[in-house]
Amino acid sequence: MLPYAAKRIGLGAVQVLAVAVLAFALVELLPGDAAVALAGDQPDPANIARIREQMHLDEPALARLGDWLAAIATGDFGASLVSGRPVAHLLATALEPTLILAGLTLILVLPLAIGLGIAAARRRGRWPDRLITTFTVGLYSVPEFALAVLLVSVFAIGLAWLPPTAVGVPSLLAEPAVLVLPLLVLLARPICSIARLVRAGMIEALDSEYVAHVRRAGVSERRVVFAHALPNAITPATAQIARTADWLLGGVIVVESVFVIPGLGTALVDAVNARDLPVVQGIAVVFGATTVLVNLAADLVAFRLAPRLEVAR
Amino acid sequence: MSHPSANPHLSRRVVLSAASLTLGTSAAVLTACGSDADRETEPKTGGTLRAAFAGGGADETIDPHRVNLFADAARAKAVYDKLADLGSDMAAVPRLAESWTPDADLTVWTVKLRKAVFHDGSPVRAADVLYSYRRIADPEETFRAKQDLAPIDLEASRAVDDLTVEFVLKHPLAEFPNSLAAFGAYIVPEGTDDFEAPVGSGPFKFASFTPGSEFTAERFDDYWDGAPRLDRLQIVVADEESARINALLGGQVEYAHDLSATTARANEANDAVALVSSPGSNMLGFAMKTDRAPFDDPQVRQAMFLLCDRDELVESVLSGRGQIGNDLFGLGFEHYAADIPQRERDLETAKTLLAAAGVQSITLDTADVGSGFTEAAQIFAEQVREAGIEVEINERNADTYWADVLTEGQIASYRSGAMPIASHISQRLLTDSPTNLTQWHQADFDELYLQLQSTADDADREVLYQQIQQRLHDEGGYLVWGFADWIIGTLPGVHGVEQAPANTLDWARFDKVWMD
Repeated sequence: MLPYAAKRIGLGAVQVLAVAVLAFALVELLPGDAAVALAGDQPDPANIARIREQMHLDEPALARLGDWLAAIATGDFGASLVSGRPVAHLLATALEPTLILAGLTLILVLPLAIGLGIAAARRRGRWPDRLITTFTVGLYSVPEFALAVLLVSVFAIGLAWLPPTAVGVPSLLAEPAVLVLPLLVLLARPICSIARLVRAGMIEALDSEYVAHVRRAGVSERRVVFAHALPNAITPATAQIARTADWLLGGVIVVESVFVIPGLGTALVDAVNARDLPVVQGIAVVFGATTVLVNLAADLVAFRLAPRLEVAR
Repeated sequence: MSHPSANPHLSRRVVLSAASLTLGTSAAVLTACGSDADRETEPKTGGTLRAAFAGGGADETIDPHRVNLFADAARAKAVYDKLADLGSDMAAVPRLAESWTPDADLTVWTVKLRKAVFHDGSPVRAADVLYSYRRIADPEETFRAKQDLAPIDLEASRAVDDLTVEFVLKHPLAEFPNSLAAFGAYIVPEGTDDFEAPVGSGPFKFASFTPGSEFTAERFDDYWDGAPRLDRLQIVVADEESARINALLGGQVEYAHDLSATTARANEANDAVALVSSPGSNMLGFAMKTDRAPFDDPQVRQAMFLLCDRDELVESVLSGRGQIGNDLFGLGFEHYAADIPQRERDLETAKTLLAAAGVQSITLDTADVGSGFTEAAQIFAEQVREAGIEVEINERNADTYWADVLTEGQIASYRSGAMPIASHISQRLLTDSPTNLTQWHQADFDELYLQLQSTADDADREVLYQQIQQRLHDEGGYLVWGFADWIIGTLPGVHGVEQAPANTLDWARFDKVWMD
């Protein structure tokens, strides 16, 4: 396990570095140059020259890349061009709501999706399975924004049971009612995709030789399902769970903007709108690092659940 | 709509839409109507008003000189004052300044300050004014108001006494009070450079601020213009227009800024919200480069003016929530040349003009930099094609659009927020203007403007204003097809929200708002 983990971590570090270089290069490749984009509808040449100087755009690109990477390594992402605040501080603020939403969604999605998947697999072909399949396929095909708009108009505006947005709420945990609708929207698609993978994996496991063997040994059905079939059945789903975690940690922009949650997605949109390039670059690096970390974790978990894969690698 | 008398806001709205058609008298009708509605119930004191604005996320700042977004400006004007502000017709209205008096050649202006105090109890002094303006003019910084304050020689300007400032200008400027009302030209106490807990002289005292989320301020009882009715003002950030209207409908806020025409249409008959739309807030048009083919020929510009079907554009791009333009900036504003007849579509004359000029095709630049921008370009292109002209639409990169079309292309989609007509001219129509998008370089026109700014007599200056606008209407490069309304939604129990173009005195003026 250890050499495998070390190899994966090394690879991950290289990937994060590549993302950082790419984020830097993208800004270099902006049409005109970054200062022109920043000046927006005030394209006064004096204004552009000032921004260029402020961003040290007159220095060679490679030197700037080197300085920037060295600073990132120490956690210094530079300062926002708009407010002058440290980008690291800004990222930390935006990360909190995103982490709360992602964490709660993951905590809820796993038992629900796995439970549904098992229930469907055990009653394969009968009405509970057909009901769950219809439900998961149907719900999966509804885009987030449509579901969000629908839920808001029914439960917040129509019935007035829940607040429509989290506008002005100082902390999401302080007023949990504002979390209900966004969580429902975030849960919808992952539940469907994970439940279907668990169902497929479970059906395969329940049909397998070793489960038949365990059954013959007189082990209770409960133990058969949860102790023997499930660990194998869930392995194919771990990659999907990792993708879901990555999607959630990226700040789901649609959900954040409909429900006014100031997370990472909103931070990215705001930074792009304000042409605040240091913030855009910082967020790109964070997204890259998150993706690498989540996939690393998923690989390690899958490896742990089914160690035989080691041979294949 | 069927029972206008039952709801004062509803009746006001009905009158508004009717009044906006007949512009000259609309202001009078509205004021009368507003006071009628408010007389039914006495203004009440107390309560917290929550107002939703689009914001700038965690990058937002409370430094009043760094304002950029509407949310910034709304927060800044709650806590701070300027020497002057712009009325709904863009005429400068004295605020912290009590009066302003120029010398004979309009280069030295004596500004008397009124007796006002900052939230910490210290008086507002001439030294605070000079400090604030010098901070804005700092060459190392990029404060928005810097350009407006550029005519002031701040080295030579001085405090005559605590309540008198003498501004020395670099050249004569009859419209100097406009500079005192510049966007972001707020007065901060001398020496302030840290805005963690801002102290101003505005109607509300700062309480708390979380960038990208919320701002809270409380009533300042010693406000020179009368203490606000509200106990507390909270400005919350909701970037999506749909989120703002949802928050309003769900009762999470009492005021939602900047709603779309579509939302307004959908909620027209909804008693749960009151809509306040302010005409003339946002100018929309096309800018033709007057220094190059084909638009260096005045006949071709004339043809474009005549080909434009303004009603169609207002109806389809603005969902009817706007007014048609007459190729002049500043409809409804002070000095606007309202007597120049409205230009009508005339396909035949346009065809003759284009044939005489030998023009067969044009390239129209546009980009997705504002709502309705590319739609307007498509519709206008169709209108031009009816004259047998080929129109190529060149959709540019939105990031660099404004810099690109400043120097490149032939004709480009254009928009402008509200500002005094003199500012429009000085920023965009003089040979050395920073954003002269129509490349209008006319020495005699520059001369005319200089003469206007050197004319002390109001009546004489008005003649020059008319002359300048007649010239622009005849042969200028700006084709102005319309003006979009600015729409705000409130809950029915909110009173005192006036119609006003964005960034003017009565816009987001929460010290005059009260709630049931």
